[in-house]
Amino acid sequence: MSTTTTDRTPDAGAVLDVRDLRVWYGTEKGAVQAVDGVDLELRRGEILGLVGESGCGKSTLGRGLLGLLPDGAARDGSLVFDGKDLLAMSPREAYKRRGKSLGMIFQEPLTRLNPLMRVSEHFEETLRTHERGISKKEVEARSLEALRVMGIPPTRFRAYPHEFSGGMRQRLLIALTLVLRPAFVVADEPTTALDVLVEAQIIRILHDLRSTYDTSMLLITHNLGIIAEACDRVAVMYAGKIVEVGEAREVFSRPQHSYTRELLRSTISLSTTGLNFIEGAPPDLSDPPPGCRFHPRCPDAMTVCGQREPVLRQVRDGGSDAACWHAEVSEGTDAGRALSAEETQPLERKEIDVADEA
Amino acid sequence: MRFLHTIWHTKGLARYLFWTGVVLTLVFVVLALFAHWIAPYDFAERRVDGVRFPASEGPSAEHLLGTNDQSYDILSRLIWGARTALQVVFGAVIMSAVIGVPLGLFSGFVGGWFDRVTVFLMDALYSFPSLLLAIVFSFMLRDVLGGSIVAAALSLTAIYIPQYFRVVRNTTVSARESTYVEAARAIGAPPRTIMGRYLFGNVVQSVPVIGTLNAADALSTLAALGFLGLGIQPTEASEWGYDLSRALDNVAAGDFASAFWPGLAIILFITALTLVGEGLNETLNPTLRRRRLQKVTFGPRPSREEAIR
Amino acid sequence: MPTRPETASPAVVETAGLEVHYQLQGGALSRLLGLRSRTVKAVDGVDLQLRRGEVLGVVGESGSGKTTLGRAMLGLAPTTAGSITYHGSDGAAVVSDMKGKALRRLRTDVQMVFQDPGAALNPTMTIEQAVGHPLKIHGLASGEELTRRVHETLEKVGLAPVERFADKYPRDLSGGQKQRAVIARAIVMGPEVLVADEPVSMLDMSVRAKILQLMLDLKDELGLTYVYITHDLASAKYFCDRVAIMYLGRVVEVGPTEEIFANPKHPYTKALLGAIPDVDPERQVARDLPRGEIPDAALPPLGCSFHPRCPVAREECGWESRDLRPLLETHWTHTDGDAADFEAERAVVGDLDSFDTPSSTVTVGRDHEQVSALLDRIRAEDPDEPFWTGVARAEADPSGGTRLTFHEPVDPRLRRSGGVDVACVRYGEDPQ
Repeated sequence: MSTTTTDRTPDAGAVLDVRDLRVWYGTEKGAVQAVDGVDLELRRGEILGLVGESGCGKSTLGRGLLGLLPDGAARDGSLVFDGKDLLAMSPREAYKRRGKSLGMIFQEPLTRLNPLMRVSEHFEETLRTHERGISKKEVEARSLEALRVMGIPPTRFRAYPHEFSGGMRQRLLIALTLVLRPAFVVADEPTTALDVLVEAQIIRILHDLRSTYDTSMLLITHNLGIIAEACDRVAVMYAGKIVEVGEAREVFSRPQHSYTRELLRSTISLSTTGLNFIEGAPPDLSDPPPGCRFHPRCPDAMTVCGQREPVLRQVRDGGSDAACWHAEVSEGTDAGRALSAEETQPLERKEIDVADEA
Repeated sequence: MRFLHTIWHTKGLARYLFWTGVVLTLVFVVLALFAHWIAPYDFAERRVDGVRFPASEGPSAEHLLGTNDQSYDILSRLIWGARTALQVVFGAVIMSAVIGVPLGLFSGFVGGWFDRVTVFLMDALYSFPSLLLAIVFSFMLRDVLGGSIVAAALSLTAIYIPQYFRVVRNTTVSARESTYVEAARAIGAPPRTIMGRYLFGNVVQSVPVIGTLNAADALSTLAALGFLGLGIQPTEASEWGYDLSRALDNVAAGDFASAFWPGLAIILFITALTLVGEGLNETLNPTLRRRRLQKVTFGPRPSREEAIR
Repeated sequence: MPTRPETASPAVVETAGLEVHYQLQGGALSRLLGLRSRTVKAVDGVDLQLRRGEVLGVVGESGSGKTTLGRAMLGLAPTTAGSITYHGSDGAAVVSDMKGKALRRLRTDVQMVFQDPGAALNPTMTIEQAVGHPLKIHGLASGEELTRRVHETLEKVGLAPVERFADKYPRDLSGGQKQRAVIARAIVMGPEVLVADEPVSMLDMSVRAKILQLMLDLKDELGLTYVYITHDLASAKYFCDRVAIMYLGRVVEVGPTEEIFANPKHPYTKALLGAIPDVDPERQVARDLPRGEIPDAALPPLGCSFHPRCPVAREECGWESRDLRPLLETHWTHTDGDAADFEAERAVVGDLDSFDTPSSTVTVGRDHEQVSALLDRIRAEDPDEPFWTGVARAEADPSGGTRLTFHEPVDPRLRRSGGVDVACVRYGEDPQ
């Protein structure tokens, strides 16, 4: 028996239910397993943060959910949206079903806006493409409302994109996505190109969005601070897999997975009193290591970590879900206690050169 | 070597066309290099042991492709023509690159009024039809150098300099602002070093492509000059364009062979060079390039039960 | 001028009234027509001292002029006024007057690390060539000596075993490794001062700490002095001895790191500190974030550059005509929905573009009564809005509209206040 969608009904509040999703890229040398067996569920109206180092597959996962993949990439698994598996349909049908309900917010807003079109025309085009027969009056009312929510004054409705500052453009782009009232939005590093204060403004707005729109959001970022500020839940990704997922507060205060803990430790924040870092570099995703993919860099690695892959599940009551043998053992779960003494031996790690790093 | 690797991993028709071009070009190069041994006679030879060749004769054991109206052996003229074509084209491409690249590099780097003046001159030169320009130059050089191979190569050189100049100058202008050039300034590199060690290697990368494409163009211009009687004199070297133009008069008299062969040679060589150029362009230019991706085949899923145990 | 106490360690680099202004060319059309060329004041009067052996943080957002300031210290950005003095082993030398050879020689003493390690290395040079090139250019080493020193430096920055990296091209290395190579190139000549322009901001979280640790180790080992340019206050707090906060070409606050972080004075510093998203779930980003974004450096606000965004601005902070637009726009953004209201109010105000010329007096609309009614409504919405403190008089204009006169602007200079220097009217005693 395999664990597929058939025997799992998505939770009541789930907008999008991802089961065992794989997104692999074809390259000249072979497949890159950018996303390799990810289970994820997005609840209605929540912001789920997706965090990881560059190259861990977080952007690929975000795009994979929306089907925005380059040539030579392939997906499998299941992606249940609105009761139907998008991956089991023909791409055309999936596109139609998905329609305006799934949106994407990109990192560089200027490249997504047509410099020759006014803001009003952008809204008109977006709305008319997805909602046939919408009246001009309604277009304007909906657009102005979306702009207002994003803090853009109506005086700018007829302006051109170049008349906006960087932060305004990003807010404009968010407004353009939200005007369709999508059920689910992927925001890929929406604030990375922005300044600290503007970034904070946008995080604030994203955080407050839930009260206005009933939209779920997958917020992809490498900045743990942003997750802590804006997200309800957080998923930590490493080398194509989700290694830990749970309430943001819980994950940050009591990380279960060694990688999460080390990532938090290596982050420099205002309360940093010493520098910590994770040794080594993330693995080559065309040939990932066996077992837990973090084991070659993990300070807690045991023999079993290099042999068998841990399962993502709750290891402590009320805690987050983690895929970590160390957590299983230290929390004394059934699986943890079932390990043999040999398997729990600390792993002899290969010496890692100082400069082996990302 | 990286570049061969790139070509190998390029997808589709481009790769086959490129290799066809390479093979054809190599054939011409071999003919040109070993004309001494391959050609049965010299290009200006029309008598052996005091016996003059017949004029406008069909193929025979002595003359595999026959002879033309001047009693020259067509095959020999063809093979020696390849040498002429290669000498002129190679000379012209090398010389125009040798002048155009450093000029573009310097002009783009120093900027200012020097740049503006040079760009203006080059644009003016570039806006002329290349054949017209070549004719003008060959007239001007005729008094000094006569109808020699060098004269032909020089008049072609002049018309291709602007192409190298423009490409190199524009790449330099954008590369000048890059961080690694700023870094070179920061370590105290003088302008000469910045141009030579930092910019040159990065801005010449498109030059081979222009070179091969120019070579094809130069070949047709050379043939056109010869056809108009303004190119290389028949006594200096064998030249396909000249042979073609002479032979055309005899086509009415039923002598197709002497026009057909030089015409075919011109077409084949131009095609070969164009294929190489376009192939290079498509592989080296990332915007045109389509990589040969391996198809993704998902392996079997690791059974979860086993993982859980 | 700020009054400074005598400090223990002498200055290595000193800037006095440093200005770097760029002449901006307009678009193609305006250039053809010979229209206005604008001056961007990238650095606009900076007095800073870099003391031997310290790490001076220069913190600011994009457009604050922090990178230009760093480049000016190497003579890579032209000084338009003021001076930069380098106190090297052969006495003082004025960097801002140097040209050609002298300037190039300065760079054996003052070096730079760049933000983007992927772009800072020449793609056609191997790591060994790149790191050895400064020595070659200045004729400091050649042959075996060159190889030896390059290998020694590569080892110092952790690119060991050297054979693994020496023959690699930048594209074969990871981001962190490239940054190590860039640092190696910067220290190979044995410089005194290293200007590090956001050296870790392009790197992955797990590598940042490693590179910063490397820089700290090298500082101890080689006795370096750092200028650490960053937008990231958190890393500045850990890394720097002193911090200078820059905004729109000026230093607004400078002092010892502990003092600035424990007790920030300038409203901009406070805002920056409040805006850092932190992993600590107990810390939340402040709700009263400054609105808007960094203004155009070609036409900075009157008075204090920060006043349009400042939550605690006062009457003399430089209120002016341009501040009307955000005020009105904020009002219209908050108005709930009714498009008709907006259109009506928009008509009362008239041409918004007329406010874009900086001025201490401005005439709004054509009907004094309607305009003052609107302004009263806006004021009632948020009576604490600092804008109103700046309005000295609002009276009927002969043309029919409302004429607003603002208080005389005061441009605050850096003044001593509680262990730091701060440029804000709220702090410090006027020397007069």
